[in-house]
Amino acid sequence: MQSNAALEYDYTVAKLFTYTAILFGIIGMTVGTLIAAQLAFPELNYLIGEYGTFSRLRPLHTDVVIYGFMLSGIWATFYYVGQRVLKVSMAESKFLMFLGKFHFGLYFVGALAVVVSLLLGITQSKEYAEFEWPFDIVIVVIWVTWGLSIFGLIGIRREKSLYISLWYYIAAFLGVAMLYLFNNMAVPTYFASGGIGSILHSVSMYSGTNDALVQWWFGHNAVAFVFTVAIIAQIYYFLPKESGQAIYSYKLSLLSFWGLMFVYLWAGSHHLVWSTVPDWMQTMGTVFSVVLILPSWGSAINMLLTMKGEWNQLTENPLIKLMVLASTFYMLSTIEGPIQSIKSVNAIAHFTDWIPGHVHDGVLGWVGFMTMAALFHMAPRMFKKEIYSKKLIDIQFWVQTTGIVLYFTSMWIAGITQGMMWRAVDEYGNLMYSFIDTVAVLHPYYTIRAVAGLLYLVGFFIFAYNMVRTMTSAKKITEEPANRTPMAA
Amino acid sequence: MDIKGLQVYATFFMTIFLVVMLYGYIVYLYRSEKKGVKDYEKYGKIALDDEIDSTPIEKNPKLDNEDKGAK
Repeated sequence: MQSNAALEYDYTVAKLFTYTAILFGIIGMTVGTLIAAQLAFPELNYLIGEYGTFSRLRPLHTDVVIYGFMLSGIWATFYYVGQRVLKVSMAESKFLMFLGKFHFGLYFVGALAVVVSLLLGITQSKEYAEFEWPFDIVIVVIWVTWGLSIFGLIGIRREKSLYISLWYYIAAFLGVAMLYLFNNMAVPTYFASGGIGSILHSVSMYSGTNDALVQWWFGHNAVAFVFTVAIIAQIYYFLPKESGQAIYSYKLSLLSFWGLMFVYLWAGSHHLVWSTVPDWMQTMGTVFSVVLILPSWGSAINMLLTMKGEWNQLTENPLIKLMVLASTFYMLSTIEGPIQSIKSVNAIAHFTDWIPGHVHDGVLGWVGFMTMAALFHMAPRMFKKEIYSKKLIDIQFWVQTTGIVLYFTSMWIAGITQGMMWRAVDEYGNLMYSFIDTVAVLHPYYTIRAVAGLLYLVGFFIFAYNMVRTMTSAKKITEEPANRTPMAA
Repeated sequence: MDIKGLQVYATFFMTIFLVVMLYGYIVYLYRSEKKGVKDYEKYGKIALDDEIDSTPIEKNPKLDNEDKGAK
């Protein structure tokens, strides 16, 4: 290791992932808004032949926002936060610098290949795990590279203790690594059959109910370890740093962390309540989901208490506003999820629009706001320029908040209406409504959802514009700000 | 006992076990802080004082050995 005289943190890799977070955010959310509009106005399915249909675009939307926008945000923040809390610069190790750049390069190429493959309809038809086996192999290499970067950086650290955020980054790495491998165990049919069919095609090693169990063990933990754990990693660093307040209770963070790790892994079977999986497993999914409220709210309350005595910052600093709202939406979605997992509630909620409503108050409110706040916090430190416009952040905040509220309220109403109509029977026990009756009733809510998506997308474009102007034409800063992010009015 | 009965017992004991573990851990954390074995809250400062030349809250002992070796 070199002498640390005049040594600085190296944000090369963090910057690269910041660019892709913005790029994939725009692509993923634009496609999301389009498919929301397609559900309200089906003629929009036929704009560009087979490539523009809902069935092609839906996996593109989910995978690009999860593995494009969110993962880029997670990695941008890791390559920023990791150095700072370990007090070591990537510039101190040529190997780690190479790993970081290799990580980004392979990820970018892999992500583009995945986008093309999904557009072409190449899929193994597992939700959030659509990628066929050759892409899976590339994804495993990308993931292992990230792991090497994490543990490599830890290996040369000056700070002995690992800060809370790092526990969560490590958990995100380990959790996804284990689950992704298990869920994607597949047999490439071309090789197994001695050269018949497409080389890209494969069949899962699991079948029937077992396949469903493994899929939702993975599926729910993709939510756990990407949407939740890695975003908690961000808020544990960025909220204290931006507000200048140390985390309210380190002990509570320890408790929440181990609680979350132990419980979250076993909640996935709540996706299969009222299905053909064993009843005890459904019950286990419900029990663990309800217990999950404790560690989830433990972290969220820790965040809100960190602001104790400093609530004036909520009105003065738009980044604090974004993060506090993110934390509030985290509380909302982590109480809503357990409620939906209760068997009697699930009987109405399952397969309805309430489910995407629930997902989106989590991802738009919690993940989206937290990621954007983190990137805004990092930008002046990485590019040595103040944020281009505070006013634009305020506008973005209100446009997107309106979008989120419209999204989840319309989906609550649509979902419960749908659930009740599907179950309604007349005095003789016959179903009262056909499927198309529900579609006709839900149409206005689908339109509201599309408008809500559009508002969030407009807000994201405002965010992207503000970030690009910050990088290119904002006022330079000479000294790195200690806490509050500098921004022009 | 049929599977339904087993499920009831398993759910009950699992819940008790989880609650005992959780509260046990809380007691352990507070007790070790009270006895002065460990000051957990000081680690919260890692996020605030995170300049590359800031003094670490706890210095990595491995680096000390490397520094000595270099001298």
